[in-house]
Amino acid sequence: MLHETLRNKYEMVIGLEVHCQMKTRTKLFCSCPNNFGDAPNTNVCPVCLGLPGALPVISREAVTLALRAALATGCTVHETSIFSRKNYFYPDLPKGYQISQYDRPYATDGRVEALEADGTAKTVRLERIHMEEDAGKLLHEGYPWSKDMSGVDLNRSGAPLIEIVSKPDIRSAQEAHAYLTALKAILVYADVSDCNMEKGSLRCDANVSVRVRGAEAFGTRAEIKNLNSFRNVARAIEYEYERQVALVEAGHKVVQETRLYRADKDETASMRSKEDAHDYRYFPEPDLPPLVIDAAWRGDTLAALPELPSAKRARFVAEYGIPHYDAAVLTLTREVADFFEEVAKGSGNGKAASNWVMTEVMREMKGRESSEGDVSYSSLPIKPSALAELIRLIDTGAINGKTAKDVFSRMWTSGESPKAIVEREGLSQVSDTGAIEAAIREVIASSPEQVATYKKGRTNTIGWFVGQVMKKTGGRANPKIVNDLVKTALDAA
Amino acid sequence: MAEIQDKLLTHIATLARLSLSEAETRSLAHDLAEILKYAASLESLDLTGVPPMSHATEGERFRPDEPTHDLTREQALANAPDQDAGLFRVPQVIGG
Ligand SMILES: [Zn+2]
Repeated sequence: MLHETLRNKYEMVIGLEVHCQMKTRTKLFCSCPNNFGDAPNTNVCPVCLGLPGALPVISREAVTLALRAALATGCTVHETSIFSRKNYFYPDLPKGYQISQYDRPYATDGRVEALEADGTAKTVRLERIHMEEDAGKLLHEGYPWSKDMSGVDLNRSGAPLIEIVSKPDIRSAQEAHAYLTALKAILVYADVSDCNMEKGSLRCDANVSVRVRGAEAFGTRAEIKNLNSFRNVARAIEYEYERQVALVEAGHKVVQETRLYRADKDETASMRSKEDAHDYRYFPEPDLPPLVIDAAWRGDTLAALPELPSAKRARFVAEYGIPHYDAAVLTLTREVADFFEEVAKGSGNGKAASNWVMTEVMREMKGRESSEGDVSYSSLPIKPSALAELIRLIDTGAINGKTAKDVFSRMWTSGESPKAIVEREGLSQVSDTGAIEAAIREVIASSPEQVATYKKGRTNTIGWFVGQVMKKTGGRANPKIVNDLVKTALDAA
Repeated sequence: MAEIQDKLLTHIATLARLSLSEAETRSLAHDLAEILKYAASLESLDLTGVPPMSHATEGERFRPDEPTHDLTREQALANAPDQDAGLFRVPQVIGG
């Protein structure tokens, strides 16, 4: 761990480059299926194999999805943009170049509102978004010949990507995490991508440098690759920050280079093999005309955008009176937001809906996900309408809060309606003062010592009496009524 | 000049993963210089106010988002110098 004084002396400067695979049915420049997980080299054609004479033709749907991403992040969309060739040689790139956008990308100058766990808001500006095709996949292990050969699967070659480049606005690993979370939420809401890091549909590289706090000039940056989870992004940034601070403190210079993050060792290591490869000799792609996105296309796409996380967040705060942080958690995905909103509407109690979804529902979800993998809210045994009914049962005093937790667990296992459970198990709250008074009389009669203590002015013993009465009524008595009646009875005793 | 040409050519060859003999380097450097000289004749034109053109044709073509299978795996791999288990097989590459 870096000493606090050094941490205070040096500031972290981070820019993130996020590659996002868009969920079109076909690849960017050919009609091959854009599918993850199919048998190797079954979704290939002359275009994505780079066979001589094959010509790329762009998918209109891919441009629409890219456009959605740009509009959802407040980017300026350029009417004319140009594809360029990025030249390098690697076995996963059959043409010897990647079709990308270089000096004239389709979108620039956006912004993403990130929200940290402590509720701090942070705006990260976007430098640009550009479209490009993906490379194939190299397989380094799992075959008898893996010791000295590599396999190449070109199913992913030509898959449609957007690269989202942030400005160096990020100042901590937490901010990086918050930015990625917010960006992912936007891309998922806007239906651009499923943003599944395990499947590689979201990938992240980080540019990290350090500078003495207050300095204006940026330090030399290192580019960290191979960050395959939000957690690893945060850890790699933290490691790299400490490495660079140690270098600078020892009077050395940070070298501009590409470094690979190794999760197993939690460290970054120089990738010397690629140092020479930064000379990509970009030039305009002669096989594709300039891309023109006219005002009508842009307008239609903008009009079709769903409510985005930041707007939904603000609306939840205003409409349901819940805290900003809760609203942020409840809008991470459209699914959870819709679930919450149905509960809030159905129960007429936004705060209770938020509490139940954020604690009980999300906890059960987590448990389920750790044993079953991805779980969708629509497949849960508890429907939003049933949870709303449960909240109404509490609010109308039919059951108390403690009983409600039990009913919730029964609903989770059986999928029954809360009313049915309450009726069958006889769980409804006892608000009948006669029954409660009877219980109070019994408790007072059998506890002369405690009554004496109360009479000496130790009025806080009232809690003990309430507890006894609750026990006698099987936890079903209305705690407020018990409290009032115990006080009256003790004062009269 | 000649030395710069050689250096540039060696750099380009490295990027293209080509190894050239000294004689090849010299001869290609000469050819490259000729090509660049020819292209440089464009610079004699006064192009003030002319926007850069990235493509010779106007208008565009879009493809519908309808998947097709144009090649079988056997066809895709038919010309590969080496293959196994449905994969193209290449000398081992590490990293990136
Ligand atoms: Zn293809």
